[in-house]
Amino acid sequence: MDIHEYQAKEILSSFGVTVPRGGIVYSPETAENKAREIGGSKWVVKAQIHSGARGKAGGVIICNTPLEVAQATDKLLGKKLVTNQTGPEGKIVNRIYIEEATDIEKELYLGLVFDRSSESIMVVASTEGGMSVEEIAKEKPQSIIRSKIEVAVGIQSFQARELAFGLGIEPELIRRASETIIGCAKAFSELDATMVEVNPLVISKQKQILALDCKMSFDNNAMFRRDKVSELRDKTQEDEKEVYASDRGLNYVSLDGNIGNIINGAGLAMASMDMIKLAGGEPANFLDVGGGATPEKIVKAFKLITMDKKVKVILVNIFAGINRCDWVAEGIVQALEKIEIKVPLVIRLAGTNVEKGNKILRDSKLNYIEANTLEDAANKAVAALKK
Amino acid sequence: MAVIIEKNTKILIQGFTGKMGTFHAEEMIKYGSNVVGGVTPGKGGQKHLDRPVFNTVKDAVKHTGATASILFVPPAFAADSAMEAADAGIKTCVAIVDGIPSHDMIRIKRYMRRYSRNEKMTLVGPNCAGIISPGKSMLGIMPGHIYKEGKVGIISRSGTLGYEAAEQMKNLGIGISTSVGIGGDPINGSSFRDIIEKFETDNETDAILMIGEIGGPQEVAAGEFAKDNMKKPVIGYIAGLTAPKGRVMGHAGAIVSAYGESAVEKVELLKECGVTISKNPSVMGETVKSVLNGKKI
Repeated sequence: MDIHEYQAKEILSSFGVTVPRGGIVYSPETAENKAREIGGSKWVVKAQIHSGARGKAGGVIICNTPLEVAQATDKLLGKKLVTNQTGPEGKIVNRIYIEEATDIEKELYLGLVFDRSSESIMVVASTEGGMSVEEIAKEKPQSIIRSKIEVAVGIQSFQARELAFGLGIEPELIRRASETIIGCAKAFSELDATMVEVNPLVISKQKQILALDCKMSFDNNAMFRRDKVSELRDKTQEDEKEVYASDRGLNYVSLDGNIGNIINGAGLAMASMDMIKLAGGEPANFLDVGGGATPEKIVKAFKLITMDKKVKVILVNIFAGINRCDWVAEGIVQALEKIEIKVPLVIRLAGTNVEKGNKILRDSKLNYIEANTLEDAANKAVAALKK
Repeated sequence: MAVIIEKNTKILIQGFTGKMGTFHAEEMIKYGSNVVGGVTPGKGGQKHLDRPVFNTVKDAVKHTGATASILFVPPAFAADSAMEAADAGIKTCVAIVDGIPSHDMIRIKRYMRRYSRNEKMTLVGPNCAGIISPGKSMLGIMPGHIYKEGKVGIISRSGTLGYEAAEQMKNLGIGISTSVGIGGDPINGSSFRDIIEKFETDNETDAILMIGEIGGPQEVAAGEFAKDNMKKPVIGYIAGLTAPKGRVMGHAGAIVSAYGESAVEKVELLKECGVTISKNPSVMGETVKSVLNGKKI
């Protein structure tokens, strides 16, 4: 789960990280007043969407008067911002963060992620802040320093100091820099985060160490014990169909193709999509109804797929194990009594009682194309598209 | 002797009396697995499915001599249950449950470092289908009848894609020595490399099929191990050609976040390690067959 920049800043500041003064507004009317409240003589108006690279997309505006702050807020609110991370449809701006401008002396990069090889938390830092970590790795790989945090004991002061010295930070600021790194590491560990990124982490002309932009992501599997974090979810930033799916216990990812998929199991779903691609088609989605493929889940899956207007063919691929094919077939027949399908439907069943399952489908009034193997199913789906 | 589990391996069900635990314990018993009892704290002393229920894993091990367990407890309590099994001397523990936080998985693995190599429990999963040695024992939730007895080892992150492979192989008359589902999470108890190493020394296994997917370094780590240390042929398939970067594809661990984690990159890296790649998921069985027949692909 992702959260907004201002939410990440609130969290990190509670862990001892210094952030510029700022406040959130939802309307231009309150923006002017908020700017005065924050004080100073220069402000940054930042669109809050779940994406980086907002500056390049026009989502960050520097203002010299409270009136300009109000105008900038008015300009951004309600707008769809398209960045290189949002896809062409962009993301809607419903919240604006107003922040006092910072006099930057130096920009650094600080990121924390799970390292799957060592199964520990990896801190990545660089003197080349402001660029994405991918760009840094490509253009200035020698500037990157790393440190592994042993999860059981947490970050140690010496590790933070080593990183701070490694970034070339002047001696009088080492202590604050270390505290900042430790704060980020504690937030990561204590809140079940999967990513904390401060980019840039800046040293201001006034010799303060400030988190100028922050991003945090969290482990969905741990949300049951993170009430405060899960409250920060903003569904307006997620794909509408993906929200519908996740609210109904389906694993769904919206894609650009036109062959809709309903499959049980994540691995089999990815494999079926591979077959579609190899057969010359493009999947419209990833959809895993769960290993069990219960009739309830199948009804929900068909509802979801029919919401997607770009779907021109639907491919159902179920490998029934302990849940038998005859039971799954009955589920499909029942589902399609309730939902009208206007596009060609290809169904491939496999596993336990496959003959019985196929007979139930054949004997029903269902208008569909039967397939036997994964390859057969993908070929028939792509052929149906071309008709 | 099969890898990890044998015909008479004594099995405990943790979370025995719950709905999931009951259903799958019955399936395992029907298959012929030696289920000797289970654990549900607070229900010790009762009988369930004609087998004793214990309050703690230690009690259960003491009275039954069990060496394997399978977890059917909710994700919030799974880490605790796995550590309890490790501490009670269980040798093999399968965590079926989907939804264990990554921080908890790391904690379990660190906790297990207190045991010496010989005493250390093999944890398989979480978010997996479990282990089956066809004709011998099933410590999992798979449909046992699709697995034919034979000499190919399977290691798979996905459950249903593993079933798909087993069925393709059965239709071609190829049997399986042991199939291990290692699960779809980013941090898991046993990696491809951990299991492939066991297969190399197993005299009932002639070849190994690895079914991987996008995300993480494990498939390639196993490929590199195979290149340097193995004599048995390894066949591989990687799912997720169409998966966009940075998106989680159902399994928490199926996300491309670094170089070498996409399907195309993993296939290239595995080929360099001498792994025979199944060119699509529909020919996993055929690819295994031609390798067994000594054909080059």
